[in-house]
Amino acid sequence: MKGLSQAAGTDRHVPVSGFDVHTIRRDFPALQQLVHGKPLVYLDNAATTQKPQSVIDALVRFYTADCANIHRGVHELSERATRAYEGTRSRIRKFLGAAEDREIIFVRGATEGINLVAQSFGRSKVRLGDEVVISALEHHSNIVPWQILCQETGARLRVAPIDRRGEIIMEEYFGLLGPRTRLVALSHVSNALGTVNTVGPMIQAAHAHGAVALIDGAQAVPHMRVDVRALDCDFYVLSGHKMYGPTGVGILYGKARLLEEMPPYQGGGDMISSVTFEKTLYNRIPYKFEAGTPNIAAGIALGAAADYLERTGMEAIAAHENDLLRHATESLAAVKGLQILGTAGEKAGVLSFTLDGIHPHDVGTILDREGIAIRTGHHCAQPVMDFYGVPATARASLSFYNTREEIDALVRGLHKVVEVFH
Amino acid sequence: MSDLRELYQQVILDHHKRPKNFRRIDEANHTAQGFNPLCGDKISLYLVLDGDVVRDVAFEGSGCAISTASASMMTEALKGKKVEEIEAIFHVFHELVMGNTEPDPDSLGKLAVFAGVREFPLRVKCATLAWHTMMAALQGKTETVATE
Repeated sequence: MKGLSQAAGTDRHVPVSGFDVHTIRRDFPALQQLVHGKPLVYLDNAATTQKPQSVIDALVRFYTADCANIHRGVHELSERATRAYEGTRSRIRKFLGAAEDREIIFVRGATEGINLVAQSFGRSKVRLGDEVVISALEHHSNIVPWQILCQETGARLRVAPIDRRGEIIMEEYFGLLGPRTRLVALSHVSNALGTVNTVGPMIQAAHAHGAVALIDGAQAVPHMRVDVRALDCDFYVLSGHKMYGPTGVGILYGKARLLEEMPPYQGGGDMISSVTFEKTLYNRIPYKFEAGTPNIAAGIALGAAADYLERTGMEAIAAHENDLLRHATESLAAVKGLQILGTAGEKAGVLSFTLDGIHPHDVGTILDREGIAIRTGHHCAQPVMDFYGVPATARASLSFYNTREEIDALVRGLHKVVEVFH
Repeated sequence: MSDLRELYQQVILDHHKRPKNFRRIDEANHTAQGFNPLCGDKISLYLVLDGDVVRDVAFEGSGCAISTASASMMTEALKGKKVEEIEAIFHVFHELVMGNTEPDPDSLGKLAVFAGVREFPLRVKCATLAWHTMMAALQGKTETVATE
């Protein structure tokens, strides 16, 4: 049996000579099914993405042949598992353009990455009277950890507002920054509206005030090339399952200088170098932040997901998704009574919409019977819903494996919704 | 489309568009709030109880077609009923939408149109939000009823 670190390439798709969506779709077994007797049209990719065969194979291979704990055993299986797991760390370091492997920390998902920074950096550096700046676009996971921190420390949470298009009002954001700003936390791409925030200048401005910047990249990394060094962000978080990897694994990137200064987040195995009842010496980074046996299989398979994206090409992915987004935006606008929420100049593949007089939940149920999976509700972004004065929206979110024909099926489904209600 | 038509029957769509008893009752002696976090549906329920008889019942709020129609038809069904009768009707209604019993027009009257919900387990909460809120109002509960 081959070691895991050499495992790759079970997908038929070899995209060097160009992007062919129909070839790509064959790599995703879940896309091949019928739902309520209709071909599945999966448009809930911002919630989670389907997995390519190579990711599924990596999970199966680990549990079939290489299952062992990591960083411990002297035996062959542990050696293979450790090599594959640390292999993912290097792959993700390259994927994000980070300088060093030790700046890549395995967590359960973007949410845990944010909580780690809030608890470790936040509790050691944020004091009474300090300020944390977020935006009105944030997912609950980039609001609540900061609220908890502010309650514990007496710091103040400031929120940069958005305009009707769903873009952060830059002058307002810059106006919030000052000598008391300790940290800014911003989404790279909004999950509710699809807005791509121009985080580069926002990070620079935070640095000019001596603050650090955390970017929530959960919705960005599946859609565009991300380079943490070009952005110069201090922390960047992502979720594995939103970038075609398994659930239960995510990544926190942090600048080594900051990570070294920060206290541990959780205590346990792997994060220590020696323990006595009098004193415990903490392990070096990244292990200082990786207490307990992690989700090894998912971590290994996340490497396969990053490989898949690299082979497909982030530029080709972005180009195909932009084409789909243009087509979908035009087609949906032709549906009677439909309003798209979020019309930012730069958007990733998210279409949040309402239909006059029809609740999103009813839209979702009727589309489901057509085999079309969308999300309905507040998308864990209730402040965004409040801003637009709606309790909920319907949301179609795109992947590079979606086709123009699927967008047309969505539009036909929406005509059916209107037909049922009128 | 057949099970969709079963769910979205004309009478349900009519009550969704023009809900009955959609108002506030200032002199209500029993009130309660209901919330379905899944879809953001909110309902405020107002009851005027005279002894153990419902003299008036009304609601306000926003929700999907199923939850709005359910609230509207519930208020129609309950006026003039005694508390113990209401509890019995809720039990029969709940069994129906859960798919545990066949629709029985004798005991449910018009409410039997909600039988279509049985095929849509994710929508049971929509159909029962108003009823759970009403039961909370009868029992004098003050916290918001959440269906999750």
